[in-house]
Amino acid sequence: MRLSIFDHGQRLRTRMLFTLIRLMSGHPVVDAVKVALYRPDFYGAGPLTQEAMRGRSDWSVGDRELMAAYVSKVNACPFCVAAHSATSRIWYADEHKVEATLADLDSAPIDETLRATLRLIGSLSRNHTVTADEVRDVVAAGASRQQVEDALAVCLAFNITDRLANALDFEVASPAAMEAGARHLLKRGYG
Amino acid sequence: MTQVGSLYHALVERVVEGPGEASQALRRAAFANEGLNPPLSELVDKVAQRPYRVSDADIAAVRADGLSEDQVFELVVCAAIGQSARQYQTALAALDLAMESA
Repeated sequence: MRLSIFDHGQRLRTRMLFTLIRLMSGHPVVDAVKVALYRPDFYGAGPLTQEAMRGRSDWSVGDRELMAAYVSKVNACPFCVAAHSATSRIWYADEHKVEATLADLDSAPIDETLRATLRLIGSLSRNHTVTADEVRDVVAAGASRQQVEDALAVCLAFNITDRLANALDFEVASPAAMEAGARHLLKRGYG
Repeated sequence: MTQVGSLYHALVERVVEGPGEASQALRRAAFANEGLNPPLSELVDKVAQRPYRVSDADIAAVRADGLSEDQVFELVVCAAIGQSARQYQTALAALDLAMESA
């Protein structure tokens, strides 16, 4: 990472937690966790991300993790693509679906409502804006207003996280460490 | 997701107006991506518009200009949240418009 405070400026309690994580998981603490726990009274976006990713919604956890991975791909953020692809893949218990969606949204084996929604949040992330017509396409594909709002909340959380990951240069950990991180996100969430 | 709105507003309020090492004026400017001078303006604009282009040199330049690591962290956070918030608000307005005419 480009700032040393995340390795050398953590509170004693957080440093002890990191030691525990290393001992329990057998993997180093991933950079996203170091930043999330650094001065949580300042940044501390955990509750917003937790609500977007695990709060009550008609979208499944796997769908929302796929949205996070897709937005991260549009934002060219390798760390978040790896982390949330793994989380979505484990939730769906499907090796192919996530990979196919990230490779080609138009031909991916997903339902049309999810496809249209991914197209909308991809467009928002790429162009920084969307039109009412683009939203109408999602509603026409079967999404409720609440589902659009929920997808926009996921997009908000990952437009923030992707920017931090790229600006601060989060390192993509080993596949085993990213897998362990994904299982942790499914078990414990983002809180 | 009933609490997203209040959590979002609390996050914006905290990083821009709450206690911090960087001045509120700088944090507001980083959030808005307006009114800053180089080299900070260049870093903030990259975080907002093309974060994948941020380099070690961008961070080194603002450190050499006198900002501490904590100040850089805060201003990067404000820039990231600012741009994401503008996108979010634009999309919510488009959603309102789409539902009005539905």
